[in-house]
Amino acid sequence: MFSVLSPRGAAGLPGAVTRSNDIGEKIGINEFASVELFGHKFLITSTHVALLILVIAISVLAILANRIIRKSDPYGKPGICMTIIEVIIGFTDSTTMSNMGEKHGGKFRNYIGTLLLFIFFSNISGVFGLRPPTADYGVTFGLAMITFFLIHYNGFKYQKMKHITGLFDPIPLTPINIIGEISTPISMSLRLFGNVLCGTVIMGLLYNLLPQFLLVLWPGALHVYFDLFSGAIQAYVFTMLTMVFISKTFEE
Amino acid sequence: MDGIFNKEFVQGCSALGAGIAMIAGLGPGIGQGIAAGQGAAAVGRNPGARGTVMGTMILGQAIAETTGLYSLIVAILLIFVNPWA
Repeated sequence: MFSVLSPRGAAGLPGAVTRSNDIGEKIGINEFASVELFGHKFLITSTHVALLILVIAISVLAILANRIIRKSDPYGKPGICMTIIEVIIGFTDSTTMSNMGEKHGGKFRNYIGTLLLFIFFSNISGVFGLRPPTADYGVTFGLAMITFFLIHYNGFKYQKMKHITGLFDPIPLTPINIIGEISTPISMSLRLFGNVLCGTVIMGLLYNLLPQFLLVLWPGALHVYFDLFSGAIQAYVFTMLTMVFISKTFEE
Repeated sequence: MDGIFNKEFVQGCSALGAGIAMIAGLGPGIGQGIAAGQGAAAVGRNPGARGTVMGTMILGQAIAETTGLYSLIVAILLIFVNPWA
């Protein structure tokens, strides 16, 4: 159980090249328990545990941020925490307003901010020794399906039946239009999943194949690139694509 | 036909297939390089628009990366979750 939560493994392999099955167990999704419900077997995997930890952590941070905002003096000098909160909220507001327009941006900024924080914290959770939940295709596909339903809900809301007839716009291109609509959530989810999985697999191979005494200090630089930089970029790209696809439906 | 489908042969062919699949990394590399070059040219022509150019460039590069990631996923599926090996 411990070996999944820590990328180095329980014992930390002392240099020997192991079989690919062992490594697949170390960097893959491991099951902790299984629950029988309605005749189906549901597995409790490392993704669920990491998601639970992340949700609790984000909730605690949100409650702390709320208390800091309430206690801060609006006429005095803002503290460090207040400045960080203002930067996050200002960034969310400015990106939603500039991408979705002043009229519609206000409705979506709560969702976009939540999505940004959730994906960012799940992507960087490899630094804290968890297996990133976004390296599980179920999580990213779920997030992309939310975007898919938002696109079509807003399409029907703002364009009425033109949303359906737009698919047949040049009649010979109908199949390509339909494939384009279906491939949107698949490509969005695979992009996020592939990026995070790439980082997880490379760090897992590094920690499991190299001898222990070589793994001093320099894997930190790789963590900065694969977890922090790549995770932040992918969180930004996912939210940006969500905003662009939703705001395409606002046009008359 | 039983002799051909033994485990070692399939594992070796899967490793070869994973390596061949990663040739697809060529395309995103070239595409991202072109995007970065054009971004550098744009910043050189108009240094004031550095932030906008950077944002657009990184978004385009991340989207161009998708095809490379598809091949990476195929390679990882072949090695770690191969149903035949």
